[in-house]
Amino acid sequence: MTAAPAISVHNLVKRFEDVVAVNGISLDIAAGSCVGLLGPNGAGKTTTVEILEGIQAPTSGEVRVLGRRWETDAAAIRERIGLALQQTQFYDRLTVKETVELFRSFYSRGLSVEEAIGQVQLQEKVKTYVMKLSGGQRQRLAVAVALVADPELLFLDEPTTGLDPQSRRSLWDVIDALRGKGRTVLLTTHYMEEAAQLCDRIVIVDRGRIVADGTVQELIRSIGGEQCIEIATSPALTDEQLRAQVPGVARITRRGPVAALTVQELHVAVPAVVAAVQAAGATLQQLSTRQSTLDDVFLALTGHSLREDEA
Amino acid sequence: MSAPLPALKQRRLNPLWELILMRSRAMWREPSALFWTFIFPLLTSVALGLAFRTQKLQAVEVAVAEGPAAQATVEKLNRDPALHAVVAPLAEAKERLRRGKAALVVVPGDSPELVVDPTQPEGRTARLLVHDALERAAGRADTLTFRTEEVTQPGSRYIDFLIPGLLGMGMMMSGAWGVGWSIVDMRTGKLLKRLVATPMKRSHFLLSFMLSRTILTLLEVLFFVAYARLLFGVQVFGSLVQFVACALFGSLSFAGMAILIASRAQNTQTAGGLMNLMTMPMMLVSGVFFPSTFFPEWSQPVIQALPLTAVLDGLRGIMLDGASLLSLGPQLLVMALWGVIPFGIALKIFRWS
Repeated sequence: MTAAPAISVHNLVKRFEDVVAVNGISLDIAAGSCVGLLGPNGAGKTTTVEILEGIQAPTSGEVRVLGRRWETDAAAIRERIGLALQQTQFYDRLTVKETVELFRSFYSRGLSVEEAIGQVQLQEKVKTYVMKLSGGQRQRLAVAVALVADPELLFLDEPTTGLDPQSRRSLWDVIDALRGKGRTVLLTTHYMEEAAQLCDRIVIVDRGRIVADGTVQELIRSIGGEQCIEIATSPALTDEQLRAQVPGVARITRRGPVAALTVQELHVAVPAVVAAVQAAGATLQQLSTRQSTLDDVFLALTGHSLREDEA
Repeated sequence: MSAPLPALKQRRLNPLWELILMRSRAMWREPSALFWTFIFPLLTSVALGLAFRTQKLQAVEVAVAEGPAAQATVEKLNRDPALHAVVAPLAEAKERLRRGKAALVVVPGDSPELVVDPTQPEGRTARLLVHDALERAAGRADTLTFRTEEVTQPGSRYIDFLIPGLLGMGMMMSGAWGVGWSIVDMRTGKLLKRLVATPMKRSHFLLSFMLSRTILTLLEVLFFVAYARLLFGVQVFGSLVQFVACALFGSLSFAGMAILIASRAQNTQTAGGLMNLMTMPMMLVSGVFFPSTFFPEWSQPVIQALPLTAVLDGLRGIMLDGASLLSLGPQLLVMALWGVIPFGIALKIFRWS
């Protein structure tokens, strides 16, 4: 593997008339890795990826894809990348095979049409019209089209958005199988499970900026604990009361009546929480513990939840 | 990744050919597109052909105002089979004239009075016939005897005029919608964006629309010529090859215009509005249903510069007058300009995402 990064972005800015969609992103992605851009809708993920794909032009900043620049080497880059946009509507009355053939014809080298279809497990649907495919099958077709040039670099923009859990899981299996073999994958998602499941490295984006970057473990460790205690009491305990009596609280975040405490060690923290409730003369309405997630990381770093738009 | 084994090496897919295939398949597999391209014009021409079928002229209606000589006048007039006269009170007779039930009112007397509406073509005929009938009844002797032979030639009927009109209109409509609407639909579905992210040549993409239109137009023209011949006995008096060539040339000008209209529209509603804006006026003024020369002299330079007018003049020239393509220079020039200039502008301003 070469030392040169597959993608190198420096101080990328994209401004639309009245909105700054990307506000100074810098990022190097090593060849062969699978990186997830995680963030809520409107965070600037799609704009960033479309600039990398050569579909949009940046307002300012430096972009290199596979060591080349879009301004001078567009044709060469296009030959070597593959991409799936957020929900492309292919021609309804073309079959799966015809659609893949069409895209294959644009590249000078790549997989055979059958291989591309095989990699996303759509062999049984080769003669089916696009209009007859389910949502999950359409997304798999989009991935097959992305793969047909056998690209060194693969972009998947929100590959499973809008799919039911079962289709999402089967598409994850497909994507999981595409990793390695020296191919670089960059995917965007607003599902933290998806990023955690598929990516070696996660870049959290919010409001056009990178707010965190690392493996799942690194990110969770960065907020000060891997465990999370959620309590609801009547009356509610203040942050000061909790911090005074519970040892090792890295942070407290609140969502409605529920306070979430990020801690290192459950066996120390849980008895202390119960004691604090008793000492305050309050009643305990809810107590649960769980592993910290990327959503906790996101909430800790940005003050709002990844899932706000879905709540 | 692994290089494919030589034995597995597939046939090289040609991008332009694949794009043309995509367009053609999309049209052939869309029942509504086939309906509008082939069945709708057929039904229209059958309906209009029936409504405007050439028939012998009816007798001209004449009203005779009540009075002492009324009955005698009616008898004199009805000796001519081309006239049909009835007696009515003067007020009612004039009312019949106003409503178009009578072409002329006769008020009998020593010097009979004739009441006509000068804007009605029937009125002039009626005046001549009534004049003639009454003069003869009064004893005028004819100095010449005429022998009349009645014939109706194919090529001079309304249906002969209508068929090339409907063909041109059909080419314009299927060009506008088949090209323009499809492009905008591909833009809203992000298929355009996906295509330009590949190494596809943009000129190939636009060219595939032009070429697939040409193939469809060829079928459209042959279908029209065949059914017009079978159903109505409409003939192509000029060269069929030149007729087809003229139609293909015309379809390129419609495709060029449609690509321009679709070059920036962000949704199919906008594109649809623009398409109607382009096609509706031409349907009215370019001579689909009646000759464009019906419009006043000052408007002719504009009307003659419209692509549909040029296409219809060209098609009718070859089909009805047996003209040769070479004599249609001005029309071909208009078509070429409408094809090339919009296509060139579209290439510059086309929005791919």
